[in-house]
Amino acid sequence: MKLKQTSVFLENRKGRLWKALSILRDADINIRALSIADTSEFGILRMIVPNPEKAREVLEENNFVVKTNEVIGVEIPDEPGGLDRILEILTKADINVEYLYAFVEKKLDQAIVVLRTEDIDAGADALNEGGVNLLTPEEIYEL
Amino acid sequence: MIWNREAECMARDEMEELQLKKLQEVVKRAYENVSYYKKAFEDADVFPEDIETLEDIEKLPFTSKTDLRDAYPFGMFAVSPDDIVEVHTTSGTTGKPTVSGYTQNDLELWSEVMARALSMAGGDRTDRIQNCYGYGLFTGGLGVHYGAQKIGATVIPISAGNTMRQVEIMQDFGSTILTCTPSYAMYLAEVLENQGVSADKINLKAGVFGAEMWTEEMRTEIEKRLNLSALNIYGLTEIIGPGVAQECSVKEGLHIFDDHFYPEIINPDTLKALPSGDKGELVLTTLTREGMPVIRFRTRDITALRYGQCKCGRTHVKMDRITGRSDDMLKIRGVIVFPSQIERALLKIEGMEPQYQIIVSRPQQLDELEVQVETSPALFSDEVKHVEEVKKNIEKHIHDEIGIRVNISLVEPQSLPRSEGKAVRVIDKRDLK
Repeated sequence: MKLKQTSVFLENRKGRLWKALSILRDADINIRALSIADTSEFGILRMIVPNPEKAREVLEENNFVVKTNEVIGVEIPDEPGGLDRILEILTKADINVEYLYAFVEKKLDQAIVVLRTEDIDAGADALNEGGVNLLTPEEIYEL
Repeated sequence: MIWNREAECMARDEMEELQLKKLQEVVKRAYENVSYYKKAFEDADVFPEDIETLEDIEKLPFTSKTDLRDAYPFGMFAVSPDDIVEVHTTSGTTGKPTVSGYTQNDLELWSEVMARALSMAGGDRTDRIQNCYGYGLFTGGLGVHYGAQKIGATVIPISAGNTMRQVEIMQDFGSTILTCTPSYAMYLAEVLENQGVSADKINLKAGVFGAEMWTEEMRTEIEKRLNLSALNIYGLTEIIGPGVAQECSVKEGLHIFDDHFYPEIINPDTLKALPSGDKGELVLTTLTREGMPVIRFRTRDITALRYGQCKCGRTHVKMDRITGRSDDMLKIRGVIVFPSQIERALLKIEGMEPQYQIIVSRPQQLDELEVQVETSPALFSDEVKHVEEVKKNIEKHIHDEIGIRVNISLVEPQSLPRSEGKAVRVIDKRDLK
């Protein structure tokens, strides 16, 4: 099962992240997970939101460049070694991770990891076979 | 030291008489031997016999860079190609280069004006001239070379680049005159300082710096750091190469060798001649060139002319330091760049919006060119790696087009200023005015 991720190009300039987030606030879009990749010159804001199409629409209306793509969301126990297991599976399957970000879900005592592998289907299959619980979009959005 | 006192200190009325005679001759030669001029003169309904005074030059049509380029390669030659003994070209970054052809007499003329230029810098047979202008099709290297030999100096034809070797030779050979771009002189100064070589350990007394715009502040800096007298030289391939004008030790403008190159200043919008002292576009006519006479060439360089005898004794008219261009041409580290070339490069990239802005700066000694480009969905990705590749690809396309490396900055869509009329594509932060 794959999730839709919304990525936004951000210039490395004061107030740009805030601008993007305030657009989402005004559209009543609640962000489920977020990370920012930053370089010296630009940033990429990556988010999981319940309504990726709407997020894209409102951001593009405000002249942001948006890309929607697929990522994998997995649930891991919130304890030492939780993430280690995921990476072990992927490494053994010779699958390269482009990036990942994680957040903790207090209610479930679980951690949620969003990750992007070079080959997204191969990554999902490997994790599935490794017995990792891949989250459906609904599960993530309802957190 | 004045190389040719008779020509350089000639009384104005005598000079004007000489200029008129030579102008009449060159117009006749151009009309009779170059089909381009025959047609251009006839279209303007002006003929060689209409040139009765120097002011009559205003009846003649202008020649532009495009006119010269359209005649590529040898269409502007006024002599048989067999009489041409040397050719040079412009860098040709905007398409086909402009070819300049020299007869034996033209090389003699070039040596003469460069001999005057190097003498103004105090050069004579006792000097060792380290010539870091590029040798080859570019006129800089050989132009200085011919002048250096003419005055009997020792020329060190080291050409451009290889900075470590430059500083080594400069010390080992005891170079006394340095010829290069002012920004390269600054760079050499920095390298010497980094090597712990103090200015009094080198033997330079003068520098003849040109091929790009520079400022009084840069002069002060170079003079302090290299312990020499820094002088400005001006020239262009279309006219002859370096040696159209040169600054004397008074440092209040560049003497145009106006017995060979006739200057006018025009308003670039109305194309009308401006009086002496007014700032405008420099227009040059070669009075004596055989191989390729050039009539009323629009240099696009902005300056003003000042007549009268200089404190150095010369009467050659002086032009101010160039302060700008009447078109959008940029010179980046000596290389000519037009914004339109950058646009052309961008348009070759799929999904690219031709919204861009060029920022020129000189953070240290060398020019930097930054091109800000608006991101589009086609260029963007969730992966940093991919976006970096897109940037590199744009850099490569621009490099292929203009021949120099630029820094690309991706900016958000709609963030660059839009304009109803002519877009402001270039922000020059070098402060060369």
